[in-house]
Amino acid sequence: MEITVGDSVPVRASSSRSLITRIIQSKESAIFLALIIIMGVIYSVAPKFMSTSNLFLVSRQVSFVAIVAFGELFVILTGGIDLSVGSIMALAGMVSAYAMSTGHSIPMAVAAGLIIGSAMGAVNGGLISYVLIPPFIVTLGMLSLASGLVLGLTKGWPITNIPPAFLPVASGAFLGLPIPVWIAGGLAIIAHVALTYTAFGRRTFAIGGNEQATFLSGINVKKIKFMLYVISALAASIAGIILVARFNSAQADTGKGWELDAIAAAVIGGTSLAGGSGSILGVVIGACIMGAIKNGLVLMRVSSYWQTAVIGIIIVLAAGLDRLKAKRS
Amino acid sequence: MEYLFEMRGINKSFPGVRALNNVDLAVKPGEVVGLLGENGAGKSTLMKVLAGVYKHEAGTVEWQGSPVKFHTIQDANKAGISLIFQELNNCPNLNPLDNLFLGRERFLKGSPFLNYPAQRAKALELFEYLGIQVDLDQSIGMMSTAIQQMIEIAKALLTDVKLLIMDEPTSSLSNKETAMLFKVIRELKAKGISIIFISHKLNEVFEITDRVVVLRDGENAGEIDPKVDSMDRLISLMVGRELSTLFTRRQNDNLGEEVFRVEGISGPPMVKEVSFNLKKGEILGVAGLIGAGRTEMARMIIGADPKVRGKVFIDGQQVKIKSPADAVKAGIAYLPEDRKHQALILPMSVRENLTMAIHGLVMRLGMFISAGKENAVTDSYIATLGIKVSDREQIVNNLSGGNQQKVVIAKWLATKPRILILDEPTRGIDVAAKAEVHRMISGLADQGVSIILISSELPEVLALSDRILVMHEGRVKAILNGADASQETIMSAALVAEAEEVVA
Repeated sequence: MEITVGDSVPVRASSSRSLITRIIQSKESAIFLALIIIMGVIYSVAPKFMSTSNLFLVSRQVSFVAIVAFGELFVILTGGIDLSVGSIMALAGMVSAYAMSTGHSIPMAVAAGLIIGSAMGAVNGGLISYVLIPPFIVTLGMLSLASGLVLGLTKGWPITNIPPAFLPVASGAFLGLPIPVWIAGGLAIIAHVALTYTAFGRRTFAIGGNEQATFLSGINVKKIKFMLYVISALAASIAGIILVARFNSAQADTGKGWELDAIAAAVIGGTSLAGGSGSILGVVIGACIMGAIKNGLVLMRVSSYWQTAVIGIIIVLAAGLDRLKAKRS
Repeated sequence: MEYLFEMRGINKSFPGVRALNNVDLAVKPGEVVGLLGENGAGKSTLMKVLAGVYKHEAGTVEWQGSPVKFHTIQDANKAGISLIFQELNNCPNLNPLDNLFLGRERFLKGSPFLNYPAQRAKALELFEYLGIQVDLDQSIGMMSTAIQQMIEIAKALLTDVKLLIMDEPTSSLSNKETAMLFKVIRELKAKGISIIFISHKLNEVFEITDRVVVLRDGENAGEIDPKVDSMDRLISLMVGRELSTLFTRRQNDNLGEEVFRVEGISGPPMVKEVSFNLKKGEILGVAGLIGAGRTEMARMIIGADPKVRGKVFIDGQQVKIKSPADAVKAGIAYLPEDRKHQALILPMSVRENLTMAIHGLVMRLGMFISAGKENAVTDSYIATLGIKVSDREQIVNNLSGGNQQKVVIAKWLATKPRILILDEPTRGIDVAAKAEVHRMISGLADQGVSIILISSELPEVLALSDRILVMHEGRVKAILNGADASQETIMSAALVAEAEEVVA
C-alpha cells in the first residue's frame, strides 16, 4: 500500500534533516542561547567571571546541583516530585563520613552511604507506587524524616576525621577539570542513554505522557515509578557523599534547600512539571544558568540575600517562556 | 404563545460527523417530553445546542415566541433553562447550602458577607416543597445520588426556571427514589414548568411523559404518544436504520476450537456473574446500554481492574491475569474505548506509540530499544494498515481520529494477539475510516484471531458478529446468534428488563 503524506508538520526533528537544523530546532537551543547571553552579561560587568580559577569553582558547584537534578528529572518526567533529595544528600553523606571516620575503607563507606540513601528512595517509591500516597506528601515527609535522622544521630555536630585520601574526589582535577565535573559528566551520559535509548527511559516518558495508556499497554507502571524514586535518592546520595569531600566533613545542614535548586534546574532546563517532557541536556544547561547567575551576583557584589530572589524570578521566567512557546506551536 | 420554545431545522456538525440534520423540537409550557434515541442519536447534542453549549450551523430557535441565540449556558440559564446532567455538576466537598447558592449567593445588605440565615430559610423552603429531608451541614458528596439530584432541581427552582432538561435522571436511582422524582416532576408540570426527559428506561418514559420525540442518526425519526402507541413501535422507531451503507461480513461457518472462556466474572456493582466463550476466528459482539458493564467486564478480564470472582481460561487452561502485563503475555489485547485518554500517549510519535506494548520484541541487549527494529515494525504497520502520516516521527496528537485509531490498532496487532478485545473501535471516526476498520476486524477474524467487539452501534455489531452477547445491568442478558439477531431483538434484550421492575 502506498504511504500518503499528510499535510501536518511533524513536531520532532526527523533524521532526514541536517544536523544544524536539528540543533537549532531542538528544545534546548533557546535556553542554551540564554546561558550564553547570561554569561556574556556577567563577563562584561565582572571580567573575573571568565577567569580559569573562577570557572573551576563554578563548574564544580554546578556539578553538585546537576547530579541531584538528574535524579529529580527522572521523577518529574512521570509527573512526580521528590522533595526529599536535600535531606537524603545529608543522610547519605553523614553515613559515609561516619563510616570513614570510624576506620572503614573508603569504598565500604561510600557504598554504605549509597545504600542507606537509596533505601530512603525505596521507602518513597514504595509508599508512592504501592500505597498510592501522593509524591508531594511522601517526599515532604521524607524530607523531614531524613533530616531529623541526621540531626538526631549527630546531635547537630559535624562529623570530621575524613581520611585525606578521600578529599580529591571533590578538590582534585583531571585534565584541568574538577573531578566532580567528570563524575557529573559520566552520570549525565548514563542518564541520557537510559532515558533516550532504553525501554525503561521510553516508559518513563510514557508514564508522564499518559499513565493510564501506559498501564493498559501492559507495562508495570508501579515498578517503574518505584525505581525512579530510588534513582532520585541514589543521585542525591552521590552528590551528598562528594560534598563530604568538598567540606572535609559531614554537616548536618548539608543539602538544605537543594530540592528547590534541583527542581529549578530541571524547570529552567525546559522540564514540564506535568511530566512527559524534559532532557538531561536541558537539566545541565539549567544547572549552568543557575550556577552562573549565583556566581555572577557574588562577583557583582550583590548581597547573597538577593540571590534567592533572582533565582525565583528566573524560574518563573523560564516556565513562562516555555508556556508561551507551547502556546505558539 | 403556544410553545415555550421551538427549534426548527437544526444542523450541527463535528469534524467528520453530522451530529444533527434538520432536527425539529418544540415543547409547550407544562409539557413533559421524552427525548429518546440510541447512543449517539444526537439527544445530548440537541440539548447542548438549546442550552448554548454548542453553536448550530443552521436552523432557528424561538424562545417564548421570539428568536434567540444563547451563546453560553449562562444565557440559557437566565432565560429559564436548567440542565440536570447525568454526571451531577456539584461540588462534592461543599454542603447543600453552599452548592445551592454557588454563583447566586445572598449577601447581608451592602456587605460582602453571606447571609446564611436567608440562604438557610430559602433552602429549607425549597426542600420542603420537594418533600425531602436534607442535612444542611453535611458535604453533598456523602449523600445519595437521589438527594443530590433533588438538590440540583432545587438549584433550578431558585431561578425562574421554565424548562428543566433531565439527562438520564433515574439511571442511578432506586424505584422508590424514582417514584419520588416523578412526584416532583408532576408538581413542576402543574406549575407550568416544561420538562425534557431523556432516558433509556422505556417503561419510565411511558409513565411520565406526555409525548416522546425519537431521534435517530441525528434526524427526527418520529413521535410517539405513550397513551396510545406501544413500546415495540418506539423501539422500531429508535433502531430503524438502514444497514445498506455498512460493511457486511459473511459469517464464519466453520469456527475453530474454543480458545477463550470466562466463567462467572464478577466485580460488583458493575459486573455480575458474566460467563461466555469464544472460538478461534469468532467475532463475539457485546451490546448493551451505556452503563451495562461492558467496559468494566473487559477491564476485569485484562486485569486492569480487580475482579472479586471469576475464572479465565485460554485453550481450556485457567490463566491468572492480575494486570494488563499478564494479559499481553497471555495473548490478550484490549483496545480501550477512550482513544485519547486510555490508548495513546498524545505527545509521543507514531513510532513510540506503535511499539509501546512490544518493547520486548524491539529490544537489543535486554535493555536498549533497537531503532532499526522499531522503525521496521512501525513502517510495516503504517503500510499494511494504510495509516496516513507524514513520517513515523509524526506526533499522534496531530493525526485525524481515524488515523489515531489505526495507530492504536497497529499497536495491538503488533503484540500478535490471539484474543482481541475491541471497545468501541469506531467511536468518533468518520464513515470511510469506519468501513476500513470494519474490514480490518473481519480480516483479523478470518486469520484466526478471536475478537470480542464491544460496541454501542448496533448496525456495527450486527454486521460483524458471529454471536451477540447482550449485557444488562452487569449481567449477560442474552447470547444471540448473529444470523438471527436484529436491532429489535438486541434492543429489547438490552432495554425491556426494566419493565419487570414495576415503578411504584
